Amino acid sequence: MEKTDKKTIHNYMVDFLITDSISAGDDVVLLRLTPADSNVMLRDMGIRPGQFVQVKTPGNATFLRRPISICYVDDATNQLWLLVRDAGNGSRAIMDSPINSVLNIILPLGNGFSIDKSGTSPLLIGGGVGVAPLLMLGAKLKEYGIKPTFLIGAKNRNSILLKNELSDIGETYVSTDDGSYGEKGLVTQNHILSNKFSSIYCCGPLPMMKAVAGIASSDNIFCEVSLENVMGCGIGACLCCVEKTIDGNVCVCKEGPVFNINQLLWHN
Amino acid sequence: MAQLGVKIGSLHLNNPVLTASGTFGYGEEFSDFINLDRLGGFIVKGTTLEPRQGNDYPRMVETPSGMLNAVGLQNKGVDYFIENIYPELTKYTSEIIVNISGSSVEDYAKVAEKLNELPRINAIEVNISCPNVKTGGMAFGTTASGAASVTKAVRNAFGKTVIVKLSPNVTDITEIARAVECEGADAVSLINTLMGMAIDVERQRPYLSTYTGGLSGAAVRPVAVRMVWQVHKAVKIPVIGLGGIMSGRDALEFILAGATAIEVGTANFINPKTTVEIIDYIDDYCQRHGVSDINQLIGII
Ligand SMILES: Cc1cc2nc3c(=O)[nH]c(=O)nc-3n(C[C@H](O)[C@H](O)[C@H](O)COP(=O)(O)OP(=O)(O)OC[C@H]3O[C@@H](n4cnc5c(N)ncnc54)[C@H](O)[C@@H]3O)c2cc1C
Ligand SMILES: Cc1cc2nc3c(=O)[nH]c(=O)nc-3n(C[C@H](O)[C@H](O)[C@H](O)COP(=O)(O)O)c2cc1C
Ligand code: FES
Repeated sequence: MEKTDKKTIHNYMVDFLITDSISAGDDVVLLRLTPADSNVMLRDMGIRPGQFVQVKTPGNATFLRRPISICYVDDATNQLWLLVRDAGNGSRAIMDSPINSVLNIILPLGNGFSIDKSGTSPLLIGGGVGVAPLLMLGAKLKEYGIKPTFLIGAKNRNSILLKNELSDIGETYVSTDDGSYGEKGLVTQNHILSNKFSSIYCCGPLPMMKAVAGIASSDNIFCEVSLENVMGCGIGACLCCVEKTIDGNVCVCKEGPVFNINQLLWHN
Repeated sequence: MAQLGVKIGSLHLNNPVLTASGTFGYGEEFSDFINLDRLGGFIVKGTTLEPRQGNDYPRMVETPSGMLNAVGLQNKGVDYFIENIYPELTKYTSEIIVNISGSSVEDYAKVAEKLNELPRINAIEVNISCPNVKTGGMAFGTTASGAASVTKAVRNAFGKTVIVKLSPNVTDITEIARAVECEGADAVSLINTLMGMAIDVERQRPYLSTYTGGLSGAAVRPVAVRMVWQVHKAVKIPVIGLGGIMSGRDALEFILAGATAIEVGTANFINPKTTVEIIDYIDDYCQRHGVSDINQLIGII
């Protein structure tokens, strides 16, 4: 999209050192990274929950960078958290990067969630690695004195991600496909959805987000979803990542990845 | 510091490094990473007479050492550009070149005529080679007569430097280059993307909504270098080389093959500082090779 307005947010290209790599389920790793140059302070970058980064895959595993959501930013330790799932060569190369190795990352990208629209009782729904951005979102909401509720969907009990971290922030409900943990079935079948919420923020597989959007719109609740369109540049330069909206084709990397469901043409 | 300035038509560039249309947005997207005023110039997104929504998603897929795209010239049209984007661009001191496209000869001429009025636009790049639109675009670029007719119309409408961007999707690119030289083009740039296709075998369907798209990135470089070398031998006007330039080394390959200037495209997505790194590399290269003026290197192969 044309972007000629004055810049308020800046992008940075930074070398990060991997400080921790924690296996988080069958095919997912939680990476903690810190800028190789200790003068680079993440808290000065104005990072918002729901924004993402573009990672240069190590060893040129892929030609293009790969977009990954910002899972959490720990200001105290100057650490960036990324939750990465094995989806192919690029994500695997990122996951397999050893501790102390360097990842070149462009950040922070995209718009992020509208925190100020949450109301007093937001529900944060994540499926698979889609829970990643909800950790930072939940933490920020809590900082503002708002109590978020989490609902996470997973295949089975071994693939539930960030359960402990989310539970520290708010009530956390789980749905698994096989019923091996929490309730059996889809997140949209979880009993917690019969409660009243002031807003819903959702990130996960497309069918899940569409189902959640359907519920939110029939209940007339503010709802934002985070899209994962395939990206070329991640910075609004190539126009490859477009989503059809009520305003025409817009770049998910720039105008998104977070969209209010009313902007999307999912119901047509 | 070697003398890096080059001349394209009446355009004087501080150095031979430009950006490729459609890969550099309107420049602004890169202002956090590089000082845009260090570039020889930047070529902005393809602009058409009317606004265009472009093709449906998905528009991109990664391929070995490259990518296929099918953006389809999404842009808000020349009037929007003139009113809303151009004023923002005038704050930069490097040359701003507008890439134009059309679905008829008249379209091209009308866009060129409007841009001719803008004092900071000293050159346009005429895209007769876009593989991603149904009518016009590449259709003009694949025959000598089509290329000639667009060049002639634009030449009449635009008083400053006219660069014609050639398609590699032809049997003999030198024939097209000669045709546009004859009609008064000041320079040619090449290559645009190579038409390609990729299929998702698990889902048994093409990756792109349009089935076919344009291949760019490192994968196309040897084809591009060959074509620049051939065209440099075939015409007298300057040649601007592009296609898969990822580094300073790659840029020099094009210069030695006959390019007076080069454009950096897809590489901007991977390393947004590629352009300025190339400028530094060229300067260093000249010093290492005892070259006082970049012009001494052009086309020595
Ligand atoms: C804004 C955003 C945030 C994301 N956040 C996360 C996250 O936090 N954790 C996580 O594990 N994954 C995340 N993803 C998805 C991740 O980017 C893809 O899984 C990854 O790019 C796949 O690349 P690959 O080389 O491993 O696999 P490939 O073999 O290249 O592709 C596997 C599948 O991944 C998708 N994909 C491929 N290339 C891209 C690309 N350049 N951009 C987007 N999708 C692509 C395609 O649908 C493809 O079918 C996010 C994607 C986006 C757009
Ligand atoms: C996403 C994308 C969009 C493009 N849009 C245009 C365009 O609008 N006009 C044009 O003349 N060329 C366009 N091109 C072609 C490039 O300018 C360039 O000719 C081509 O990508 C080869 O160079 P590269 O390998 O360095 O990218 C586009 C290329 C890409 C990858
Ligand atoms: S990925 Fe290039 S514009 Fe969004």
